[in-house]
Amino acid sequence: MIKVDNVSKQFNKVKAVDAISFEVQEQESLILLGTSGCGKTTTLKMINRLIEPTSGNIFINGKNVTSQQPEALRREIGYVLQNNGLFPHYTVAENIAIVPQLLKWDKKKTEKRTLELMEKLHLSADYLNAYPNELSGGQQQRIGLARALVSDPPVLLMDEPFGALDNVTRANIHKEFKALDELTRKTIIMVTHDVQEAFELGDRICLMDKGKIVQSGTPANLLFNPTNEFVESFLKDQRLHLEFKAIKITDIWDILPNHQQPSKTATLTAETDLWSALESFRYANTETISISKSKTEIKTIDFEQLMSAFNRYKNKQA
Amino acid sequence: MNDHQQTLFEFMQQQADKLAVQTLQHIGLTFISLFIAVLIGLPLGILIARKKQLSGSVLGVAGILQTIPSIALLGFMIPLLGIGAKPAIVALLLYALLPIIRNTYTGITGVDASVKEAATAMGMNNWQILFKVELPLAMPVILAGIRTATVINVGVATLASYIAAGGLGEFIFGGISLNNTNMILAGAIPAALLAIIFDFLLSRTQRLNFKKIKAGTYAMPVILVALSSLYFIPNAYGSKLTAGFTPEFMGRQDGNLGLESKYHLKIHTIVISDAVMYKAAYEKQLDVISGYSTDGRLKAYGLVVLDDDKGIFPPYYAAPIIREDALRKFPELEKTLNLLSGKINDSVMTDLNYRTDYLHQSPERVAKDFLVNHQLWKPAHSESNAGVVRVGSKIFGEQYILANMYSMLIKGYTNYDVSTKTGLGGTKICFDALTNDQIDFYPEYTGTGLLAILQASPKIINEVTQNKDSTYNYVQQEFKNKYQIKWLKPIGFNNAYALMMREQQAKNLNIKTISNLKRYLNSK
Repeated sequence: MIKVDNVSKQFNKVKAVDAISFEVQEQESLILLGTSGCGKTTTLKMINRLIEPTSGNIFINGKNVTSQQPEALRREIGYVLQNNGLFPHYTVAENIAIVPQLLKWDKKKTEKRTLELMEKLHLSADYLNAYPNELSGGQQQRIGLARALVSDPPVLLMDEPFGALDNVTRANIHKEFKALDELTRKTIIMVTHDVQEAFELGDRICLMDKGKIVQSGTPANLLFNPTNEFVESFLKDQRLHLEFKAIKITDIWDILPNHQQPSKTATLTAETDLWSALESFRYANTETISISKSKTEIKTIDFEQLMSAFNRYKNKQA
Repeated sequence: MNDHQQTLFEFMQQQADKLAVQTLQHIGLTFISLFIAVLIGLPLGILIARKKQLSGSVLGVAGILQTIPSIALLGFMIPLLGIGAKPAIVALLLYALLPIIRNTYTGITGVDASVKEAATAMGMNNWQILFKVELPLAMPVILAGIRTATVINVGVATLASYIAAGGLGEFIFGGISLNNTNMILAGAIPAALLAIIFDFLLSRTQRLNFKKIKAGTYAMPVILVALSSLYFIPNAYGSKLTAGFTPEFMGRQDGNLGLESKYHLKIHTIVISDAVMYKAAYEKQLDVISGYSTDGRLKAYGLVVLDDDKGIFPPYYAAPIIREDALRKFPELEKTLNLLSGKINDSVMTDLNYRTDYLHQSPERVAKDFLVNHQLWKPAHSESNAGVVRVGSKIFGEQYILANMYSMLIKGYTNYDVSTKTGLGGTKICFDALTNDQIDFYPEYTGTGLLAILQASPKIINEVTQNKDSTYNYVQQEFKNKYQIKWLKPIGFNNAYALMMREQQAKNLNIKTISNLKRYLNSK
């Protein structure tokens, strides 16, 4: 869907992005991860031509972005900014309606779509006539997301979208974000410096440093097969947490004891990560949980069984 | 002149018509120039916000314009645009430019970068970003700039009357020339009120929220144009000829007031400073002007004096006036000063003034040339130890020449030394210096003595201004009784107020007297 091919960007004498290439599949979430100054934001902004590359090509659906008029290109790409970038002189409704207006939608259509998004993002319609400065940071960020999604663009670019939020708000938004049906259909490229966020939201992660991609792959891939010390040390701090997040039940399915308690219905699918599975013990307040891989394959396990399977899996990786 | 001291309120009531006209003109001038300044400044501000490399030079030039003294800027405008509204508006708009350009620039560059980035990223083009994002968000700052410019313009517009553009400056400067406090205040108070009111109103618009600013942005040009048009209301009437009178002439009984009451002369009049009046007449921007009958520019610009056939301008025969105790102290002095009496008639004085004013010869040289030509010049006495005579003069060319002649004569014919105190600000300063023993004598005019110093009643003025001798005799007698000051013999010329026209035009229209002028204006 999106192909970045040997792209470089030079600011004066500094090479901000140095000949990087990657591809993003349709409906995939790719995270550009790295410390500040690694070139991840520059890379993102070259995709919708907020920054023009010095060399290299970027294709969306096989079309070179530079061959299109930048305004038309951008109207097809949702964009979410760290500081939300809401227009302070527009009401919430007007902010959301910016792109529809540019696309000359009729009022009714815009209104209907706006109300739909407000509901999906758990925002009261009372806010429609409020100005951004009357909203909390989390609400503002949701409006920013609604604004990017309103015209249902196939591609969504996000520049540290949750960077300005406190931890609690961010955790809540992460959950909503993952649950939002609007997003599952989209090809997303997101920039973040937050490793946890990357592991939580990314299908794949590109870890960048000094303008280059150090390693790109699934979260588990980065965690268990780091290509060099940089990757390892980058993930070291929250390693255990990340491992729980990176490993899904499917990964350890075969190691789990084959036991099914007939009376119990499955509460989790095998696509769940371990972290969520461990959390569910606490929330459900039960000794065992049932996990289904398919309609017929259901396993009922307790906490110790899950942990020992995790440890065996890790030992195998190492 | 009046027994009863007129109050400010009475003055304003009496002059209500003029006050209204001047206020309208003042508002009009302020807002025409402001409107044009916005039309120029706003796009310029936007341009330099886009192309930052230009900002230094544009703001620099606008800043330099701002530092030019207002009077000087108005002066520069005259050769380029003549007199009247045009140069005044241009000068005012140049002053208004800097705050408007600077605030537009600051406002636009100050818009949150992430908001601009969001606008770009959503696919707005440059114009859409400008009109939907940058200008609305910069509007409070831009309005602050317009507010500053308005207040500056209300202030500077008072100077517009110097170049005949009208406005409240007419009262202010007329009042200063006439030493009439009520008149000054009648101009200054409304001007100050205008500044305060506009400042207040604009400060309110700055506090409006974004919704209302949107509406305000549309209303603004309409309001500006409406206020601008006020300037033209008073100018809607016209007459065949245009007169330019000095503020002082406008307010004097022996000036415009007399023209109206005795000749019933009704002519489209603009108020203008003495400095540019003659030139404007020469350049056909004015047809009739008020001037002094011996002014050198009369000759320089080919103007002719209209005969005052009803005698409203009292005679202004010049003669040295001297304290009697000085005459006793310097016994030779009277004889020496009288050497000049009868020697200089109107046309000679005009010629002498022409040399200093127009040919820019020094008063000293002009004085010496004259004395030499009339065989009056003698080299200075080698001994000058019999005391110092202090000569005073007022602050205009003619008086400088006379003071120089007198000091040369004293040095040549007596053994007194001379110190000159020339350029004393006005009649009051000169006369006070004389009575307080700061100077010994200076040349004064009979009319000034009668009206400004003695402040004679209208009845006496009527009686004694019938001919020059009766005026001279009256002031001579009164000065002797009141101040122990003696009027020496008249020098010969009469530097009275006069109406003048271009010689060619006067001839073509067959106008020789003020009554002729009146008849011409009344004819259809």
